[in-house]
Amino acid sequence: MPDRVLPVPHPRRLLQGGSRARPRGALTDKLVELAVTAAAFVGIAAVVLILLFIAKEALPLFLDPAQRSDASLAKLFLPQPWRTGQPDALIWQPVSQVPKVSVVPLLLGTLKVSSVAVALAVPVGVAAALFSSEFAPRWLRELLKPVVELLAGVPSVVLGFFALTTLATALQDSFELPYRLNALLAGVAMSLAIVPIVFTVAEDAFTTVPGTWREASFALGGTRWETAVRVVLPAAAPGVLGACVLAFGRAAGETMIVLMASGNAALVSGSIVDPARTVAATIAAEMGEVVVGGMHYSLLFFLGVLLFIFNLVLNATAGAWVRARVRRREGAGAP
Amino acid sequence: MRALSVILALLGAPALAEPLTVKGSDTLVGLVQRWAASAMKEDAALEVQVTGGGSGTGLAALENGSTDVAMSSRPISDRERERLIARYGAPPREVAVARDGVAFFVNAENPVRALTLAQLRALFLGDVSRWSDVGGPDRLVVLYTRENSSGTYAFVRERLLENEEFAPRAQPLPGTGAVVNAVSRERWGLGFGGAAFARRVATLGIQVGERAIHPTPEAVRDGSYPLARDLYFYLPPEPSPAARRFLDFVLSDRAQAQARAAGFFSLR
Repeated sequence: MPDRVLPVPHPRRLLQGGSRARPRGALTDKLVELAVTAAAFVGIAAVVLILLFIAKEALPLFLDPAQRSDASLAKLFLPQPWRTGQPDALIWQPVSQVPKVSVVPLLLGTLKVSSVAVALAVPVGVAAALFSSEFAPRWLRELLKPVVELLAGVPSVVLGFFALTTLATALQDSFELPYRLNALLAGVAMSLAIVPIVFTVAEDAFTTVPGTWREASFALGGTRWETAVRVVLPAAAPGVLGACVLAFGRAAGETMIVLMASGNAALVSGSIVDPARTVAATIAAEMGEVVVGGMHYSLLFFLGVLLFIFNLVLNATAGAWVRARVRRREGAGAP
Repeated sequence: MRALSVILALLGAPALAEPLTVKGSDTLVGLVQRWAASAMKEDAALEVQVTGGGSGTGLAALENGSTDVAMSSRPISDRERERLIARYGAPPREVAVARDGVAFFVNAENPVRALTLAQLRALFLGDVSRWSDVGGPDRLVVLYTRENSSGTYAFVRERLLENEEFAPRAQPLPGTGAVVNAVSRERWGLGFGGAAFARRVATLGIQVGERAIHPTPEAVRDGSYPLARDLYFYLPPEPSPAARRFLDFVLSDRAQAQARAAGFFSLR
């Protein structure tokens, strides 16, 4: 506990103090700073270049006349005729005499599976983190943390296999589901993969809440439960939200588990016990067969761009929310 | 001794020509791997690598130049033929290497044992969706199909659905083995694939008049089973010598006997 309230000088103050004390080290400092900055920019450049590359491969979808007629914006997003005597529908069937390229069932599938996963993983992960940081005795916390983090190390293909063989039968038998493989199953399996993310990030957020706040709460007569729920949890809310966003992003991009457990039928349906096909699983399942440079190829890259933008918007929105909240708290006079 | 021969093989490998790559149909991949093993045993200079991915994947790889031989469980499409002509300057060489019957699988507990082609068509198009519509219990039919790179998928779409789309709720799986496995676990499932793959599932007969025809060797060879098909190799117009040697082996009596042993049907 006391280690949390030790005053730590700001890193910049340390750096400046160091360079003043040893003027001859200034050059080394500069070089190191340059190297660190360069490393940071490599990260940024990688992200930008990846986006540029996938966007470049997706571009013929909008520029090439033949591809544009096969996959116009209306064909990508609006209901289209698909069978005589049937109403127009949103169908994903890019390999066909008349390709049907609606991305709506894929986006819906991604949203369904990720929502189930996040809805299951966030309560469990946050509660576990709160327990670990506020209630668990030290020995238990030191056991709990590595074990939960070990779960993060389970390869997703193993989780997918577990879902496909064991979990699917158990879920179908206990809820009498019509489909063995469905969005719910994929979501449940994926929640196993993202609980450790939620747990780790939320736990870090809880531990950074200053100990003095807890002491103040106890001094006012607060119980441990009241302190945890009314003081620590609200104070760490930005961190917890960050955990949710990270989890959702990971869930939306997760491939192997959904490929194995979701049934992969590109359905437009609101039910979570129907099969679902996600964007990531579609890219993985269909990339092997496409002719490089064809419409289907550009289309899969376009799906990649959609996924990328989705995660970018998600992160940016969450970031803005967190900043606004921190500013409000600082405005209120809290440390 | 064994380790020594492995080391010798490794040392000797660079002296050999590039391995012959064969890619495509997941229906054929198991059989062609067996053929490759026997061919390499007979011909020490031959090295064959066989991978699956689906007929469409194999033909796309032939066009991209990343495979020497494409395996396909359906005849090449006009579009693919044109693209190969553009790539190689002449039409690709097509060789039928074995025959197969596409069988329909249901769970062993399903009381339905035979369906007409019209009933199968209505089920896979999604026009009817319950087993009670075709004389079974009142349960939802869980449809399994194959990923759209599969030749089996294209064959069933063309021959059964007359080029209409599969019902959107049909779940695509990555291979016939996966379909059989899924149907064996899904009590009300319905899937299809090469007749050779049936394990722990029931194979539906196809009702023609009074008779339910099963995909037996006789019915597939004489064409009375309605969904019989040839399985093909596609090669560039000027195949490499290694590809020619492998093709000669595949068409030999020994290789065709192996095909029969693996549950396929030989050409003769």
